[in-house]
Amino acid sequence: MMEGINAKYVSQKISKTRWRPVSSSSLQQPDIFATGSWDNEDNKISIWSIGENGISGVDDEFEGDPQLVCEHKHNGDVLDLQFLDQDRIVTASSTGAVIIFRHHHNSQTLSVSQLWERAHHYPCDNAPCTGIVCNSPEIVTVGEDGRIILFRADQEGVLRTIENADSSTIHDVTFLRTTEILTVNSIGQLKIWDFRQQGNEPSQILSLTGDRVPLHCVDRHPNQQHIVATGGQDGMLCIWDVRQGNMPFSLMEAHSAEMWEVHFHPSNPDHLFSCSEDGSLLHWETSSNSDTPSFLQGGRNTSIVSRSAIAPAGGNQSLISSWLTGDSCKGRLETTHMLPSQTLSVNSLDVLGQCLVCGTDGEAIYVNRRVPI
Amino acid sequence: MEEVDVEPTTTPIPGFDSNQKHLGFVWGPGDILVYETIYKASGGSAGGCPFVHEVRKDEDIYSPILRKLFNESHHIFVGLQRIREDLPSKNKKPQFVSISKNYRSVIRACMEELQQVAVSTQDAALATQYGNQVEYLSNFNIFCTLFVVCDPLAGSLVLHLLDWVRLHKADVDEKAREVLASESPAEHQAYWDVVISYVLQGRMDEARQVLVKQAALQPAARVMFKLLDNLLMKMPIFNPGETQTLTEFDVKWRHWREEVDHCLQDQSFASNRHLEDICKILVGDEDVLLEYKELLSTWYHFLVTRLLFSHPTVKPTELHYYAQSSMHMFLDTRSVPEPLDSILLAAFEFDIHQVIKDCSIALNNWWFVGHLTDLLDHCKLLQSHNLHFGSNLREFLLLEYASGLFTHHSLWQLAVDYFDHCPEFGRVYLELQIERVPLDTERKALKVIRICEQRQMTEQVRSICKIMAKKALRNNRLGSALSWSIRAKDAAFATLISERFLQDYCAKGTFSDLDLIDNLGPAMLLSDRLTFLGKYREFHRLYGEKRFSDAAKLLLSLMTAKIAPHSFWMTLLTDALPLLEQKEVIFSADQTHELMFCLEELTSGKSVPTPDRPMQDEDIETTKIELLRLALARNLAMAIVKEGTVEV
Repeated sequence: MMEGINAKYVSQKISKTRWRPVSSSSLQQPDIFATGSWDNEDNKISIWSIGENGISGVDDEFEGDPQLVCEHKHNGDVLDLQFLDQDRIVTASSTGAVIIFRHHHNSQTLSVSQLWERAHHYPCDNAPCTGIVCNSPEIVTVGEDGRIILFRADQEGVLRTIENADSSTIHDVTFLRTTEILTVNSIGQLKIWDFRQQGNEPSQILSLTGDRVPLHCVDRHPNQQHIVATGGQDGMLCIWDVRQGNMPFSLMEAHSAEMWEVHFHPSNPDHLFSCSEDGSLLHWETSSNSDTPSFLQGGRNTSIVSRSAIAPAGGNQSLISSWLTGDSCKGRLETTHMLPSQTLSVNSLDVLGQCLVCGTDGEAIYVNRRVPI
Repeated sequence: MEEVDVEPTTTPIPGFDSNQKHLGFVWGPGDILVYETIYKASGGSAGGCPFVHEVRKDEDIYSPILRKLFNESHHIFVGLQRIREDLPSKNKKPQFVSISKNYRSVIRACMEELQQVAVSTQDAALATQYGNQVEYLSNFNIFCTLFVVCDPLAGSLVLHLLDWVRLHKADVDEKAREVLASESPAEHQAYWDVVISYVLQGRMDEARQVLVKQAALQPAARVMFKLLDNLLMKMPIFNPGETQTLTEFDVKWRHWREEVDHCLQDQSFASNRHLEDICKILVGDEDVLLEYKELLSTWYHFLVTRLLFSHPTVKPTELHYYAQSSMHMFLDTRSVPEPLDSILLAAFEFDIHQVIKDCSIALNNWWFVGHLTDLLDHCKLLQSHNLHFGSNLREFLLLEYASGLFTHHSLWQLAVDYFDHCPEFGRVYLELQIERVPLDTERKALKVIRICEQRQMTEQVRSICKIMAKKALRNNRLGSALSWSIRAKDAAFATLISERFLQDYCAKGTFSDLDLIDNLGPAMLLSDRLTFLGKYREFHRLYGEKRFSDAAKLLLSLMTAKIAPHSFWMTLLTDALPLLEQKEVIFSADQTHELMFCLEELTSGKSVPTPDRPMQDEDIETTKIELLRLALARNLAMAIVKEGTVEV
């Protein structure tokens, strides 16, 4: 895990890193990623390239450093960053603005394509916009002002606003279905919102009994719409089944400080990655080694069998995700540290295919091109 | 106080004429704020410039290239501190050497980048600035090498010095490329410069490669070129890794030198002046070396070349003698020694304290001396004498460096680790500095709080949480405010927030932010008022679910257990009214008695009507009380009857 990971120092603290999506049909590994900075007098978003990946070889001696392709000034800290599509990036700013940048491939430049200036705001102050999720062309943003706003790219105005959705800060948002989103806030609640309903009330609220620890990140399982993972201030990783009541399915001690991001691997959801203020990036791998094969994807053709699973005689496949096996004797969870040594806070990570990128407060970007998936 | 060796630099303030007005100033942590006063230089006063100027001494921390250096060296610094104290020193030395190597490679990368930028920039001033930075950085490398790495008996001093000089004079490669790329390299005007520069730097292979071009042009002199090529190839270079001892090397080297000398005596190169010069250089002829002053450009290059060709096995203890003499030979008597020269001389004399002192004066920021002193201190090469103000030299320098970092909007996070490793004053400095970090977003505040919590700085945690909670409250984000109070375990603030909720309720009749109050959880116990709020909301919920007896019990307990504030009792009793008016008896006789008692307690304090209270209020109050009394009495009656009834 540790070979093939290099640090590149970039003279700006990195708050977000994201791979540019590759089309699902091509088998290419991602080669372009975007980063956003924070806490600078002049913040920027930048696009980097990790060079040709076509040169395969057992020993890839030429593991180039990420090279800067282009960058653009950004007003305020970049608090979230998502690729809307191959050409456009949406960012959430600490000034409360939501900005769409366009990457022009022929001139290799970035320009501002759309700007919603004070999308999130207080009556007299600025309210940072803290999270974005996209489902092109729709964009949902959340902020410290407790609003949820729905935009459409290319449309000037706001499509819908849920005012006072939350009395505390909403830290992150994710789509459950095309019309449903899930938000997490700083009093430890998960709220599900249905856009088909008109009101300003969530359709469901889930939270841990016990200490209401602020939650900072959430991610939905790529295939199962009811499974989400959350991470919060105490560094605990929780896996929830939103269909079933008020208790998370599992609680695992992960980090010794705030967990900033959690991601399921988009094509191998048996793998989960989390990064934290304590400077570590963990790779979680679940597998079950009993007659229940490692997990679901629904449909026999697309199933992927985990390395340690033993194929059952009848070939019957359970639709239970390995994350929800709960009972520890049936499942096995391995965790590995992915960074060579303790660094300052790892603020963000993204994983696609076999490539992992993360950014830290030590002003370094780490790229690993051979994540064992 | 000692005399400063150089004139202090003057920085003109734009828009200010020092002949007209007096300047006022105030010190900041890393800069000065300067403003124009109303006092004229010669009496009287007049209107003036409304601006306040900020003057920064340290521009380096704002340079993007040097920023990488700060981050990477921070990483190495932290690693160095973690080397365990209890290891015996012979185990630690290789670790220190490897740390020093890490520093050096990081610096080398930075220097290369600076050089690239210096070459490509149009701005001459900027280029000089970068050039200076390169020079100072390269000195870190040589000091590390001299002080930490060099084993006095190993004999590899000259090699390290050569390395250093090569880094310094990296433009040779640039020139060589230019020459080789030209149509006829051997006739390029810089051709011989390149060859000789390579020889002066001890890079024989490169010199030979370039010489081959000339040899091809003059087939008649082939023999001569072959001879020189041979000599260059055979020059022994001491390799500390091999099993060759110093004496063996010495013998070989003398043998080789004799051979070169022989060639000179034989006049083998007499026909070609350049080749003869090269030969004389190989023999260590100082006069010839001095002829090429321009190529050498600095006296320390001259020193190193001299050592390479005359005393390749020089010991560190002998170094300063040669350094002094080289400097005298190289520099004119008229030229003034620069600060860098005296620093280098002190280094060659291994006078560490002098080096540190001179560097502190000469350089802009404390990075250099801070890290160097720290490394030397770990190697136990510094005699620690305590300074007057309580800490030792290492700590003093690190504190200065870290304080400078704290003034940077971004690099303050690095400074925290430096303060951690200053045992005497680090904590105090950190406590004072961390509170002054501007907090624009919640995320930044969370990071700052985490830093404080990890170091048990509870006061700072409380004060930061209070700032954030106040901000949230001002923007009417009661949930955020509550979450900050919970983090700080600030009961007083939690009480404040609950008061706000209750006021809202009294004013509007409904609760705002139900999602918060309904889901308080154990946080409720943080403050009495908060508990009351939670329970009161529960009462409303029970009432809404028509669980009247539970609601009634809760309501009563709120008053009797003294959770409810007195000011709210009237509201609670009014809430009890509908329960009392129900057809079926909800409150038992005992409970009714208790309610009556509460009412009496409440009204006894209100006996005297104050003159400024409007009559209307009075009426409403008395009506309410009378209604309550009536309802309570009726309920009591029904309760007694109900409880007294015996089922037959």
